[in-house]
Amino acid sequence: MNCSIFDIIGPRMIGPSSSHTAGAVRIGQIANKLVNGRVKRAKITLFGSFSETGRGHGTDMAIVAGVLGMDPDEGGIRYSKLTAHQQGIDVSIDFSKEEAAHPNTASVYVQGDDGQEYTYIGTSIGGGRIEITSINDMDVGFTCEYPTLIVFHKDRPGIITRVTAALAERKINIAFMKVFRSQKSQGACMVIETDSNISEEVLKAIENDVDGITEVCSI
Amino acid sequence: MNMIFSTGAELFDICKENNITISEAAVRYELEIGERTRGEIYSEMRLNLKTMKDSIKQGISSKHVSVSGLVSDDANTLLEFAPESVMGENLTKIVASAMAVTEVNATMGRIVAAPTAGASGILPGVLIEYAHQRRLDDEMLLKALFNASAIGVIIAKNASIAGASGGCQAETGSASAMTASALVEMRGGTVAQSLDAAAMTLKNVMGLVCDPVAGLVECPCIKRNALGAVNAVLCSDMALSGIKSIIPFDEVVISMRNVGRMMHPDLRETAKGGLAATPTGLKIAEQMAKEKYDLAKNSKRD
Repeated sequence: MNCSIFDIIGPRMIGPSSSHTAGAVRIGQIANKLVNGRVKRAKITLFGSFSETGRGHGTDMAIVAGVLGMDPDEGGIRYSKLTAHQQGIDVSIDFSKEEAAHPNTASVYVQGDDGQEYTYIGTSIGGGRIEITSINDMDVGFTCEYPTLIVFHKDRPGIITRVTAALAERKINIAFMKVFRSQKSQGACMVIETDSNISEEVLKAIENDVDGITEVCSI
Repeated sequence: MNMIFSTGAELFDICKENNITISEAAVRYELEIGERTRGEIYSEMRLNLKTMKDSIKQGISSKHVSVSGLVSDDANTLLEFAPESVMGENLTKIVASAMAVTEVNATMGRIVAAPTAGASGILPGVLIEYAHQRRLDDEMLLKALFNASAIGVIIAKNASIAGASGGCQAETGSASAMTASALVEMRGGTVAQSLDAAAMTLKNVMGLVCDPVAGLVECPCIKRNALGAVNAVLCSDMALSGIKSIIPFDEVVISMRNVGRMMHPDLRETAKGGLAATPTGLKIAEQMAKEKYDLAKNSKRD
C-alpha cells in the first residue's frame, strides 16, 4: 500500500498518543455527528487499554471533546469536561474492567436534544484512525474516513436499489458500501461511504421515499 | 516516469535518473499517489512546520506538568546546564528542543506526529533548532521535512513505525533515521549519504524495546527522544564525513522488522516488560490506577 507522506509527518494533534488521544477524539466525534451537533447526554465506557491507561493519556477528556464536536488538534481538549458542564451537557465516563475484542475500545451512548438515541462501539486502530464496529446493536465495520450514510432497514429485496438510485439521482458517488443484518428477514443496515457530503435533504428524502427504512443517519 | 518508491534502492534510482533530491522525490511521490497539487502539498507541510515550531516554543517557554505528574520541565533543566555540557551548546539546544516537544506532547499540548506522537520531538527538535543556529530559511526546512517523509514511507512500507508492532526501535528509531537523512540533505550531502545516515541511525538502536511506565508516553519516551536527537546528529556527521553503513539501508529496515517480530509482546507498548515492569515502574502504575483525577484537577488552566 502507498501511504501518504502526511501519514508519516502528521497528523497535527493534541498529545500524548495518536491512538489513545487523537483516535479517542475521533470516536467521540461520531456521537456529535449522529445527532447533528445537538448533544444532550452522553455515556462513555472505556475498555481494555483505554480503561487501564486512559486517565494518563487523557482518553476520557479526548472522547468528551469529540462528543462536543472538537477536532483532534484543538487545545480545548484538556478542558472538555468543564466545557461540557458549562454547556449543560450531561456526560458520564466509566472505566470498565471488562475486556473487549480490541484493546482500545469505547462504547458511547448519545442522546440528542430531540430525543434521538444512538449507541455505538468504536476502536482506535492506530495513528489516530478509528473503526466503528457496532451501531445500535448492529455489528458493522467502517472507518469514518469518508462521509458515511447509515441506513437501518428491513431485510427484504429492492431496498438497496432504491437507496443507491436516490444517491445516483443527486450525483453522489459511492466509494464503498457494505450491508449487514442481524438475522435473515429481520433488521438490516447498509453503510455507504461516499465521495461528497450527504445533506439533511438527502437523508429526509431517503427516509420518506423508500419503503422499509426504519432510520437514516449520516456521519 | 513512475515516482512511486518502496525501498531505498528505488528511491536512489528515481533520484539518480531524474537528477533530483530525496525531498523532490517525496513531493513527486505524493503528487502521484494522492489527490493534492504541488501547492497543496507545500501548504500542508507548511502547516506541519508551523505547528512544530510552535510546539518547541511552547515547550521551552512554559512550565508544564503532565496529567500523571511524571513529566515536568526537563528540557529547560538541560538547557540551563548547556554552558557546562560536554555536548556543547549547539547540540544541547538541539536535544532540549526535542525534549521540549515531547514534553508538550505528554502534557496534552499540540504537536505533529512524526512519525508518531511518542517520537514527535526528534524531527522538529533537530531540524528546526539546527536551521535556527545556521540561519536557514523555511524553504530549506520544508525540503528537509519532505526528505524525512520519504525515509518514513519506506520504513512504514517494509517494517513498521509503531511501537506496538516493532518496539521503540520502530518508533524513535524511525524518527531518528528520518531526521538523520533530512539533516544530510540540509547540509548538502548526497542521496547515498542520506540513506547511509538513516541506516546507521537504525542500526544504533536495533532491538530497542517499547516499555512505557504505566503505559504512558512519558517515561522513558522523553529521554529516548533526547537520545534519538543525538543519534540523528551523530549519524548525519558520520555519513557526511565519508563513513558508510556496512549494511545497506534496505537490509537494515528488513532486519529491524524481523527483530520487531521476534520481540516479546511484553516489550511492545503493552507496559508489561522492561522499565514498566521494574518495582518503581509498577508502583507508579499502581498509584495512577488508584488516583482519582477529578474534574477540577484536569480542568485547571495554567
